[in-house]
Amino acid sequence: MTVELAHLALMLALSLALVQAVLPIWGASRQDAGQRERALSLAVPVAVAQSACVTLAFAGLLFALGENDFSLRYVAEHSNRRLPLPFRLSAAWAGHEGSLLLWLQMLALWTLALARWGRSLPAPMRARVIAVLGMVSAGFISFTLLNSDPFERLAQVPPDGRDLNPLLQDPGMIFHPPLLYMGYVGFSVAFAFAVAALLDREFDPAWARWSRPWTLAAWSFLTLGIFLGSFWAYYELGWGGWWFWDAVENASFMPWLVGTALIHSLAVSDKRGGFRHWTLLLAMACFSLSLLGTFLVRSGVLSSVHAFASDPQRGLYILALLTLAIGASLALFAWRAPRLAAIPAFSWLSRESLLLLNNLFLLVSAATILLGTLYPMLLEALHLGSISVGPPYFETVFVPLMAPLLTLAAAAPFTTWRQTAPARLWLQLRWPLLAALGLGLLLSLSTLHSMQAALGLCLGLWVLLGTLWHAGHALKPGPGASLLQAWHRTPRATVGMWTAHLGLAVFVLGVSLVRTLEYSQDLRLNVGRSATVGDYQFRLAGLTRRDGPNYLAARADIEVRPARDPQAKPVLLHPEKRFFPVQAMPMTEAGIDRGFSRDLYVSLAELGADQSWGMRIQVKPFMSWLWCGVLLMALGGFVAAADRRLRLAGRTQACAQQAQGLPLALSPQGARA
Amino acid sequence: MIRRTVPLLLFLLLAAALALGLLRHDPDAPLSSALLDQAAPGFELPRNDGPQETFGPTNLRGTVWILNVWASWCAPCREEHAVLMAWSESHAAPLVGLDYKDPDGTAWLAAQGNPYQVSVQDRQGRVGLDYGIAGVPESFVIDKAGRIRRKLVGPLNRALVERELRPLIEKLQHE
Amino acid sequence: MSKFKTFIVLALLAWAGLAAAQAESADDAALAPRLQRMAQTLRCVVCQNQTLADSRADIAQDMKAALLEQMRRGASDAQVRDFMVQRYGDFVLYDPPFKAVTVLLWLGPLLFLALALALLLHLRRQLAAQMNDATQEAEQATESAARP
Repeated sequence: MTVELAHLALMLALSLALVQAVLPIWGASRQDAGQRERALSLAVPVAVAQSACVTLAFAGLLFALGENDFSLRYVAEHSNRRLPLPFRLSAAWAGHEGSLLLWLQMLALWTLALARWGRSLPAPMRARVIAVLGMVSAGFISFTLLNSDPFERLAQVPPDGRDLNPLLQDPGMIFHPPLLYMGYVGFSVAFAFAVAALLDREFDPAWARWSRPWTLAAWSFLTLGIFLGSFWAYYELGWGGWWFWDAVENASFMPWLVGTALIHSLAVSDKRGGFRHWTLLLAMACFSLSLLGTFLVRSGVLSSVHAFASDPQRGLYILALLTLAIGASLALFAWRAPRLAAIPAFSWLSRESLLLLNNLFLLVSAATILLGTLYPMLLEALHLGSISVGPPYFETVFVPLMAPLLTLAAAAPFTTWRQTAPARLWLQLRWPLLAALGLGLLLSLSTLHSMQAALGLCLGLWVLLGTLWHAGHALKPGPGASLLQAWHRTPRATVGMWTAHLGLAVFVLGVSLVRTLEYSQDLRLNVGRSATVGDYQFRLAGLTRRDGPNYLAARADIEVRPARDPQAKPVLLHPEKRFFPVQAMPMTEAGIDRGFSRDLYVSLAELGADQSWGMRIQVKPFMSWLWCGVLLMALGGFVAAADRRLRLAGRTQACAQQAQGLPLALSPQGARA
Repeated sequence: MIRRTVPLLLFLLLAAALALGLLRHDPDAPLSSALLDQAAPGFELPRNDGPQETFGPTNLRGTVWILNVWASWCAPCREEHAVLMAWSESHAAPLVGLDYKDPDGTAWLAAQGNPYQVSVQDRQGRVGLDYGIAGVPESFVIDKAGRIRRKLVGPLNRALVERELRPLIEKLQHE
Repeated sequence: MSKFKTFIVLALLAWAGLAAAQAESADDAALAPRLQRMAQTLRCVVCQNQTLADSRADIAQDMKAALLEQMRRGASDAQVRDFMVQRYGDFVLYDPPFKAVTVLLWLGPLLFLALALALLLHLRRQLAAQMNDATQEAEQATESAARP
């Protein structure tokens, strides 16, 4: 019964979404003020109702999973009586149909957020944004109901389900899709803002300012989602890798890259009114890459660990949705794009210029990754054979593109809008630059002996020192202003920028060091024996049976001591080898000890005839820096999104004036950065 | 105005490429054979039913035949077994088995029934490698001139046999 | 006497066999780094995005054994690679080859970069022209303002 109600709720949500899509746009363009008022005032309630219906539908699926209702095909395919409750619930997004419902649920959450926190937006703009979200929602709900219905019943109810894929039975997998989808769907909000701006007969350049906190939040969620995916792969897949340039990983990375370009471009559009066409197009590109990611994962065009069961019909439907959504918005752009009034001019060396370069490098990287990801599929379609494009290709093309970007990241905050004197810039930058170069080269040539490490270290240190230098200057307690006062005066957007750039630096340093310094060894150990790998001694102290609710497992106790100090208190690792009987699938759980300066990583392979266990032992120095770096980036994004200035309604007037086009070469300097 | 339509045009190009990729995608052949239309790699392997005798592709020159890579330890091969038995009874084309890394193959055939005209033992798995297999079972359709014309990955089922295999064999026999 | 001869022959054979086995394993030891390098450039055909070196799949072990055999026969790196490509296609190369059909793949990034730079230059010209126009306008404005 609950399932039927949930199904009904979803259908109701579709009708409401259609109303939500049409009414506000119609209303916002009415000349009659009364009609307009009434239509606009309905926008939010309809959106809230639609979101509530979607939430009911999603709750229905969760209920069916929790209650082991195997009459539902989805539940029978992805769940099992012996599966612990948290995993039974997270099975809601393990399969294609359920994950679509999750997508819709995230959209509902964003819509509700907009209804709640978007009150400072001018009413027509808010209404239009809600309308566009309604269109997206309608598209996805219709796809779900027509093609991928999670509420489909089975004619014969099986006694038990097929069980969740053991790879997905993990806490990381509970949170990774929701966070990722929060990011993907969040970009639909950025998209909605862009389209809403274009729908307005008098293009309001303030759309950039309104859009910024939402876009920053979406970007931060996406960062966290990607982080969790990588983090999970690291400890779950058992061979210590964390990024494989897998088609679906790329599908999430491309929107992230374009999203990064977007948040920087929005800053320029907001503060200087420039890059208008560009930012609009970026917002659409970001969302289209999100949709593209959805397409790639579900259409079966690319094979990947992530891919849901392939179904070309699904693929066609999503492609149709994608083409409709993006095609229509690009057509709208072609028709309504604001006439390029004089863009505020800027010189070769200026903040605008560096941000433009930032955008270009990010976009070229995204385009390159797109090319590499789609190339095998294209060759196959043209019957030109089958190749595989993997990590060697992506690393060869991606790393050189990141180097200039990192150079810019530390330098740009020191530049000023419109024009920066090179001499002055040099004066400000020389200490962190020289320190980074010096330290980087010294470290890499003396201890690491690697040119690659040299590049990574210098760049990472440059961004680190440059950002700290900039922060230090801004927070310098001067006459009549204490450190605390300076801190309070600093806008959150700036603090967010410092945090995110620091995160980037820490990440780059972590990656460079791990890549250069990590080592591993495959060996076999009997219980009680030990082996020395690099600077550590590993001893297999014991082996126990540790069965779980739906698996059998052998658990090893490994003691690790520094090689030069065999009497030290050992670090304990507990790698496991699990066997899931329902799906007849073996899994390995790595034993990991994380530390500031290194990760110790042991994964079990198989039991030998002589009762020895094969295992892979890895030592990864500075691995944790990688994770901390990404978390800092996400934190920076959230902090920047919370900037109060972005929610002030009063700025619209000033922005509009700025965009009117005074002879801008002579206009006074715009708002302080 | 023209410049503003450039993004739309670029996007439509991308959508077309994706549509092409989707429509031309062949889910039945995830790993298209590198050996398609090339001479089937030769071998001389001991037979399951008499290890003193050997057999190789040259023995079947002039006939259209199917090479089926199988093993007694492979679960999907058992699914396939009934289909193969039906095939061998229809006498449409000779079925040759390549018993891949399987010490118990002969005994298994004796117990379960032998759909193969001949089955040979690939103890080391080298011949399987020569044919570019990624797993078991896989089947290769070989024409009269000894060229591989089609590769089928995974267990054969009745639908696949009727829909693809039979028409293909007939076509090749008329060449 | 014949028993002794038989014994000698057998002993020699055994010794030869042992020597051969030792030679093989010594060769193997010498070939091991080369095998590892080669295995890192080839893809495991049943895994998701793993090299032969990293994979523990059965077929991967077989492929590595076949590689070793080819190396023992004195094949060069290129020949060993061709051996695999002949059987599995270009798919088995972890790094896509540079062939006519992959030219776009390898040159693509450079093309994108060139496009971006062209866009940048175009923008620069546009900006420079704008700056000129704006300064001209300003000069004219000040002139007309200065004129009584």
